[in-house]
Amino acid sequence: MALAFDEYGRPFIILKEQDQKTRLRGIDAQKANISAGKAVARILRTSLGPKGMDKILQSPDGDVTITNDGATILEQMDVDNQIAKLMVELSRSQDYEIGDGTTGVVVMAGALLEQAERLLERGIHPIRIAEGYEMASRIAVEHLEHISQKFDFGASNIEPLVQTCMTTLSSKIVNRCKHHLAEISVKAVLSVADLERKDVNLDMIKVEGKVGGKLEDTELIYGITVDKDMSHPQMPKQIEDAKIAILTCPFEPPKPKTKHKVDIDTVEKFQTLRLQEQKYFDDMVQKCKDVGATLVICQWGFDDEANHLLMHRNLPAVRWVGGVELELIAIATGGRIVPRFQELTPEKLGRAGLVREKSFGTTKDKMLYIEHCANSRAVTIFIRGGNKMMIEETKRSIHDALCVARNLIRNNSIVYGGGSAEISCSIAVEAAADKYPVVEQYAVRAFADALDSVPMALAENSGLQPIETLSAVKSQQIKENNPHYGIDCNDVGTNDMREQDVFETLIGKQQQILLATQVVKMILKIDDVISPSDY
Amino acid sequence: MEQLFALVLPENGFIWAPKLQLLSTTLYSMAIEKILKDDASEEKGERARMASFVGAIAITDLVKTTLGPKGMDKILQSTGRGHEVTVTNDGATILKSLHIDNPAAKVLIDISKVQDDEVGDGTTSVVVLAGELLREAEKLVAAKIHPMTIISGYRMASECARNALLQRVVDNKENAEKFKSDLMKIARTTLSSKILSQDKEHFAQLAVDAVMRLKGSTNLEAIQIIKKPGGSLKDSFLDEGFILDKKIGLGQPKRIENAKILVANTAMDTDKVKIYGARVRVDSMSKVAEIEGAEKEKMREKVKKIMAHGINCFVNRQLIYNFPEELFADAGILAIEHADFDGIERLALVTGGEIASTFDNPESVKLGHCKLIEEIMIGEDKLIHFSGVEMGQACTVVLRGASHHVLDEAERSLHDALCVLSQTVNDTRVLLGGGWPEMVMAKEVDELARKTPGKKSHAIEAFSRALVAIPTIIADNAGLDSADLVAQLRAEHHKEGCNAGIDVISGSVGDMAELGISESFKVKQAVLLSATEAAEMILRVDEIITCAPRKREDRM
Repeated sequence: MALAFDEYGRPFIILKEQDQKTRLRGIDAQKANISAGKAVARILRTSLGPKGMDKILQSPDGDVTITNDGATILEQMDVDNQIAKLMVELSRSQDYEIGDGTTGVVVMAGALLEQAERLLERGIHPIRIAEGYEMASRIAVEHLEHISQKFDFGASNIEPLVQTCMTTLSSKIVNRCKHHLAEISVKAVLSVADLERKDVNLDMIKVEGKVGGKLEDTELIYGITVDKDMSHPQMPKQIEDAKIAILTCPFEPPKPKTKHKVDIDTVEKFQTLRLQEQKYFDDMVQKCKDVGATLVICQWGFDDEANHLLMHRNLPAVRWVGGVELELIAIATGGRIVPRFQELTPEKLGRAGLVREKSFGTTKDKMLYIEHCANSRAVTIFIRGGNKMMIEETKRSIHDALCVARNLIRNNSIVYGGGSAEISCSIAVEAAADKYPVVEQYAVRAFADALDSVPMALAENSGLQPIETLSAVKSQQIKENNPHYGIDCNDVGTNDMREQDVFETLIGKQQQILLATQVVKMILKIDDVISPSDY
Repeated sequence: MEQLFALVLPENGFIWAPKLQLLSTTLYSMAIEKILKDDASEEKGERARMASFVGAIAITDLVKTTLGPKGMDKILQSTGRGHEVTVTNDGATILKSLHIDNPAAKVLIDISKVQDDEVGDGTTSVVVLAGELLREAEKLVAAKIHPMTIISGYRMASECARNALLQRVVDNKENAEKFKSDLMKIARTTLSSKILSQDKEHFAQLAVDAVMRLKGSTNLEAIQIIKKPGGSLKDSFLDEGFILDKKIGLGQPKRIENAKILVANTAMDTDKVKIYGARVRVDSMSKVAEIEGAEKEKMREKVKKIMAHGINCFVNRQLIYNFPEELFADAGILAIEHADFDGIERLALVTGGEIASTFDNPESVKLGHCKLIEEIMIGEDKLIHFSGVEMGQACTVVLRGASHHVLDEAERSLHDALCVLSQTVNDTRVLLGGGWPEMVMAKEVDELARKTPGKKSHAIEAFSRALVAIPTIIADNAGLDSADLVAQLRAEHHKEGCNAGIDVISGSVGDMAELGISESFKVKQAVLLSATEAAEMILRVDEIITCAPRKREDRM
C-alpha cells in the first residue's frame, strides 16, 4: 500500500483505518477484476446451447435447484466478489430487457475480458481497449442489422412462432414436450398481444404451477385460477354465466373500529341481541342475492352460520382469497371490489362465462377456474410437473419462451442462431479492423476473436472439436458468402441454420453484444480496488 | 509373486496419477480467485459428476435390498422425541424419512415421491432403475463418452422399451370376468412384496372388492382405513358401510333402523352471541339465574329446531354439551359429537345429506339416510357402524394386527395395492410380472443397440444392462443364484412370445402367465419414464454450487 509521508516522516492517513484495508492498483487491479469476471463466465460457459449442461444449486436452506438458465444460476450463486456481482447484474438486465440469451451475454463478456487481458499484457492502455471495443460493437450491431431478415407470421399462422419458442425451449430440461409448451406460450402471448400497436403486456399472463401430474398436463387457461375451493363442500362445482360479487368485508357480525360494549343485563336484551345477530346474517346474504350475484368471492372468512345460509340460499361462495388474486379477478371479470354490503349494486358485479372447481390426482387438491371472463385478455398458464424443482424450471423456461414470442411481435427481425450470427459478425469486424490506423485496431481485432468464443463454446458443449468446427464453418461462410452457417449442435447433418429453423431475435442478439461491451468497458476502467481486509 | 506385484503397481500408479492432477488443478484455481462467499463451495466437471453419481448410487444401494417378494425391511428411527420406530419396505416411506445432503440423492427421492403420488406403487423400482442407469452411465463416462451422447442414447432406448411393452400388453377391458382376475393377479403381485404377503389372497380380494366399488373413480378418499391393534392380520375385513370411530352418547339408542341423519357443523355449547363487544353485566344473583335460564332456553330451542327435522340421528362436528345431549337422549335421538372434519365430510358424502349450520327451514335441508346404525365392537373398542348407505361407493377397511408397526405397514401396503388397482381400472392394460417386462424391454433395446450406428449404441446397450439388473436384484434378494437364473431367463426370452420370469418361490424360471403374476402397465411405464428422466437430470449436471448454509441462531 502506498503511503505518503510529511516532512517529519509521519505517514498521512488518507483512508479511514487505512492499514486494515487491502488495496489493488493499476494493472494488478485490472487483472484481478478480469480474472473474477472470467471465472463467472467460465461457470456459465458449459450451459450454453441446446446441449449445455445443467448446474445443481443448493440454497442456504438445502433446497436443490437444477437449471441451465444463466440468470437463475447467477442469481442463486451467492456471489461475494464485486466484479462477479457486476456480471450477475449483466445477466439480470438481459433477462429484464429481453428475457433470453442470459447465458450468452455472460459468456460474451467473459471472452471480451479474456482478450482484454492479453492486450493489457502487451501494454495497451485500458481506455484504448475500451474505445476499440466500443467501435467494434458498433460495427457488429450494424452488421447484425444487415444480415437480419424479416420473419412472417400472423394471428392465424402461429407455426413459425412456435418454432422459435421451440428453439428456446430445446436447451432446457423440458425439451421432452417442447412443442406442447411452445404452443401454449405462443397462444398465451397472442391472446394478450396488441398486434396493432405491437405491444405485449406480459403481466397479463400469469404462470401458476402445482406439483403433481405430468408435464404434458400443462395447460393454458383463458381466465384465472385461484388456489381455493368453495367454502362449503356441497356447493355447486360449476357455475355458468356467473355474476361475481367481489367483497372485502367478512360475512360476520360487524366489528366497529371504536371501542364499545354491549351490556346484557336482562333476559329481553339477551333475546333481542340474538335476533339481531340472526338478522345480520340474513341481511348480508339477502343483499348479495338482491343484486343478482351468483357467486361471492370474499377476502375474509365466513362464520359457520353464514356459510350454511349461503349454501342454503344457493349462493356459492369462496373465502380467504388473497388480495392480489382478488384484484386480478376484478380486472378480468370487469367487476369492482366492494368493501361494504351496502354498496353492492348490480353494476359492480364481475362477469365470467364459466366458473368451475377442478380436483387433481389422488390427493384432494382443488382449484377454482374462472374462465371466459368479460375482459378475456388475462390468461393463465397452469404448469403441472413431477416435483417442485421441475415446475420451477418449467416456469423459467416458459418465461423465456414468452419473452421470445413477445420480442418477435414487437420487432419481427431475426438473425439465425447456432453461432452463425456471431461468426458472421466476427468476419465483418475482423475485416473492418484493418481499416483503423490507430492502436484501437488491436482491440477491434480482439473483439472479433471474442465473438468467436460463443460458437466455440457451442461446439465444445455439443461434443464437437471446437477449433476444427469453427474454422470450417467460418471458411464456409466466407467462401459462399452466406451468413447462415452455424454450428450443427443437434447432429442434424447440415450447417445451414435456415434449414434447421434455428433463429433468435435481432434485438436479443444486439442487446447481448451491447450489454456485454458496456460491462467490459466498465470493468476495464477500474484501476483501483479498495476493500476492507478480512476481519 | 514378483510378477504379480509388477502387475499391480503400474495399475496403482495409473489410478493415482489423474487424481493427483485433479487435486492440484483445484488448488490452483482456488488460489486465483474467490468469487463465492466464504462457506459456499463449488464443484466442477468430473468431480461434480462423481459426487452426484456416488450420491445416487448410495441411495440405490440403500433401497435395493427391499425390492421384490423376498425383499428385506428397514427400521427407521426418527430423531424426534420418543425415537419412534417405523418398520417398512416401502421405498417412498424409507426415502422420505432420510435426511440427505447430496443433491443428486435428493432428485432420486423426489422421483420416488412423485411415483408414489402418481401411481402409488413401484417406488423402489423407480429408484433402483434410475440408480442402475447412472451406474452404467458412470462406466460410459469413464470410457470418455460425453454425457449428452449417453442421454440421447437413453432417450432412444426408453422410447424403444416403451414400445416393446406396448406390443406385449394385454387388455381385458371388454371381458369383465377376465379383467377381475387380472385385478386379483395384480393385487396379489403387489402385496406379495409387502408384509401382507402371508395373507395376500385375503387382502387381494379385499382390495379388489374395495376398488370395484369405486366404479372407476380414483378418489381413494371414499375408502376409509381404520386400524385397530389386536387380532391377527387375517381378521381384517372390508365393510360395506361407513364406520365412525366414536362412541354413542349415554342413554341413547344403540341401534336405529331406517335412520334419518342430520349432519351438522354448529356450536352446541352455550351458543355465544357473536356480536362483537357483547358482554353480560348484571347487578344481582337472580339476574344471573335469569340469563342462564334464557341461555338454556335458547339451547333448548335450537335442539327443538333440530329435532323438528324429523331425524333420529344427529352428527355434529363440534362438541355437544351435556345439556343438549340429555335433551337428545330424551327424544330418543342418537347424537354423536366431535366427529373429525374428514369424517363429517365423508359421512355427508356417503349418506347423501348436507352439512347444516342453521336449522330454521327443516323442509329444505337435505337429510342423510341409512338402513341401520348400530354400535359394534372391534377388539375392545366400540365403533358406530352405518350400513345400507345410499352411495354404494364408500366402504371401510378395518385392519387388525399384532402391533402398531404391523398395522402401519399393513396400511401402507394396502394403500399401494389400492392405488395400483384404481389406476388399473382406468388404464386396463396389464403386463406379466416377475422380471418379465424388464427382460422383454432389454431384448428389444439390445436389438436397437445393434442397429444404431455411432457412440449412442453404447448408451443403448447400457440401458439394457440396467434393465436386466432389476431381475438380478430380485433374484439376489431372494437368495438365489442370480447369474444363473438371469442367463436362463435371457435364453428363454430369445424365443418369440415367451412368458418366462423369475419364480421366486420355487427359485427357478417359470411361466408368469401360469403362475398368475401380473403388473399394471401404467406403473411399469411410469417407472421407466421417470427413472430415465431422473437419470438424465443428474447426468446433465456438470457443476454443483452450494451456498453457505444459513446460520441458525442458537436458541439455547
